[in-house]
Parts: sequence; C-alpha cells; structure tokens
Amino acid sequence: MLTRGLEQLICEHPAFAGMAREHCELIGGCARNVRFDQGQYLFREGEPADAFFLIRHGRVALEIAAPGREPLRFLTINAGEIAGEAWLVPPYRWIFDAQALELTRALSIDARCLREKAEEDHDFGYEMLKRFTAMLVERLHAAQLQMLDVYRVHR
Amino acid sequence: MLPLMARVRGRRRETHDTWTLAIDAGGLKFQPGQFNMLYAFGIGEIPVSVSGDPGRAGPLVHTVRAVGAVSQAVTRLKPGDPIGLRGPYGTAWPVAQSGSDIIVIAGGLGLAPLRPAIYRLLAERDRYGRIAVLYGTRSPADILFRREIERWRRRLDIEIEVTVDHADALWHGNVGIVTKLIGRAGFDPGHAVALICGPEIMMRFTAAAVESAGVAPERIFLSLERNMKCAIGQCGHCQLGPTLICRDGAVMRYDRVRPLMSVREL
Repeated sequence: MLTRGLEQLICEHPAFAGMAREHCELIGGCARNVRFDQGQYLFREGEPADAFFLIRHGRVALEIAAPGREPLRFLTINAGEIAGEAWLVPPYRWIFDAQALELTRALSIDARCLREKAEEDHDFGYEMLKRFTAMLVERLHAAQLQMLDVYRVHR
Repeated sequence: MLPLMARVRGRRRETHDTWTLAIDAGGLKFQPGQFNMLYAFGIGEIPVSVSGDPGRAGPLVHTVRAVGAVSQAVTRLKPGDPIGLRGPYGTAWPVAQSGSDIIVIAGGLGLAPLRPAIYRLLAERDRYGRIAVLYGTRSPADILFRREIERWRRRLDIEIEVTVDHADALWHGNVGIVTKLIGRAGFDPGHAVALICGPEIMMRFTAAAVESAGVAPERIFLSLERNMKCAIGQCGHCQLGPTLICRDGAVMRYDRVRPLMSVREL
C-alpha cells in the first residue's frame, strides 16, 4: 500500500507529469517520504549525491558557502520542482548546499537504486534522461540570464 | 515643446541610486503607463514614466534612477526646487479590459511604470479576475517600493511574488529569474492579459515565457524604451523600425513589436 501511494505521488508530481505508470512504479520502488524542518539541510557540498528530492511542499534554497560571509544563494526550489542533479553523473557528489527555508516535505529518490534500474531498462533510463535534460537546460538558461545581470545599471 | 515650470514638492530615497520625486504640476492628469519629459534646467531633459497613483489628485510622482548627468541632476533636486515638465505622453497600459486575469511582470526599475497600473487594478479590483504581480530584481537591496509591496502582500485578493537574481542567506525569499514565477501565478491563459516592463532582455524572455504559458501575443503588452528626445514623434531619435516609441508607445502590443525586438540593428 505504501509503495502504491508513493507511485501515485510520483505520477502526480509536475516533474513527472504524463510519465508511464510502470515508470512511476520503478521510481516508486526507490522512493521514501522525507521531511525537513526550517534550516535543516537536504544535502551539503562534498557529500555523496546518493539521492534527489521531489519537493512536494515547502521551499529549498541552493547555496554555496563563502568564507567570512553569509552563504550565497543562487536558486530557490519550490513545491513541484526537483532538488539535486549531481546524482546523474560521476563523481556523484553535491557541489552546493540545499537548505530548507521552511518546513519541507519531499520524496527522496535513492540514486543508486534508480541508476541500476535505468541501466536495466534503457527505455526508462532514456525517459529519465529526457526529463532531467529539460530541467537542466531550463536551469542553465536561467543561470545564464542571472549571469548577464540584466538589472545592472549600464553607465 | 515648452516645458511647464513645476516645483519639486518632496523626494524619497528608494534604493542606493533611485529616488522618487513628487512634483507639483498644476493638477495634470495621466493614464497608467504614460511618461513625462523632466527637464533639469541647464543640463537636459529625460523621459520618466509616472510612478504614482492615477486616481489621486496632487503632485505627479516619478521614480528616477541616477545613471546619467540629467537623471543625477533630477535626483539631487530638493523640495521647492524648480523643474521643467512636458507631458504626459505615450500610450497607456490596457487596464480597461475588465473580466480578465491580469499578470503584471516587472523587472528592476520596470516596477515604476507599472505601479500606476497596479494602483488602478486595486482601485477597481472587482472588475478583474485573478491579479498577480511578479517582480524580479537584482538583489534584496534593489527592491523598489518595498513597504508598498509588503502592504500589497497582506491583501488577500492579489498575488505578489518577488524574486532576486543574487542573495545571501539573510534573504529568505525567492532566488532565480522572474520567468520562474510565471508557472506559479495560477492565471487562466485564455483570459489573461500580461503587462511587462523591465530591461529589454528581460522583456524578450518574459514575453516568450508568458506566450509559452498560453497567453496570446495580442494580450501581452510591453513598455519599450529608446532614446526619446522630442516625445512628440518629430525628431526620430526613438525610432524602432516603422514605429516611434514616444508616439506609438511606450506601451505596445507584443505581437506588433516582437519582429522588431529581434532585429539586432534596431
């Protein structure tokens, strides 16, 4: 019953909208419910990227620690979005921190479990890759616009 | 072309480089989206959108960022100082389209030309469906009209979202580009009107994102900026292809200006 519930949540999550039922089941087999209180970290820079998170409720800040100053925040992740991409490619390590800005509920997807399933079922692996590539391209474009600093005054 | 002799009644600092001036101008009326030419005597003239409440009698309110010689001179003016004023000029935001959902998207100083539209929308709240104001700016220190945004957020009949491009951990709001907020605004794209103002790069990507969300290009409006000099369609400095921004804009329909916005030579 618990697994079926997770599959349902995965199929309903915007990041996996329209995904085939059997693929939701594969992800569901690697998923568990997690919650983070405000200020708790989902992951920290340098740690193994052994999971990613489907945010169901709450908000998460992605940030990079900087010596002698407050951490620099470069993106916030809201309900309906995914936190974490480093699980996709070696060396599978987080390169930034993810901190819950408020009570956050998520589905944690075990990355090793999912990578194994993707290797066994290439249709599933390709489907996952397409969805993550779309997300990565969107975030890359957004990061490029942030880098352009379009609101800066041009004197 | 002869400017009205007006006087500064008050000034308020908004951010480290941006000031709002209230100018006594003999009770001139304006429509949301229109601009005036402000003349700093002996220095020069610049176009500045009116940023005040169109429903309130009294001084005309303008918000100016000190970036060039004229704007620096204007922002240094004190209460009682004289200032030349011509206008109002230009087209207005289409806030007369009642029944629609309205999505207002501002970037940086672009919130100033949109503020009169927001005042009008709130004053006539019953005429519209959902109203969402999405505001993106550089950093928390660059947020314009912060107290007013906080006041709007306390209302239960309008959605306000703010995001910044860069922040440190003291900021607990959204970080990311303004287009990221569009999907969360919850409007009906078939019955929505979008009003967008900000740097042109931001408007290009934002208008495209709003169109991707299902809003028809003829229901998307942008406020364009070019080098306006005469403001009455005579000098040609603000020419954008076949249009003159001062005469045909500054507020223009996206389906009409989109082809021009992608011409690099313009």
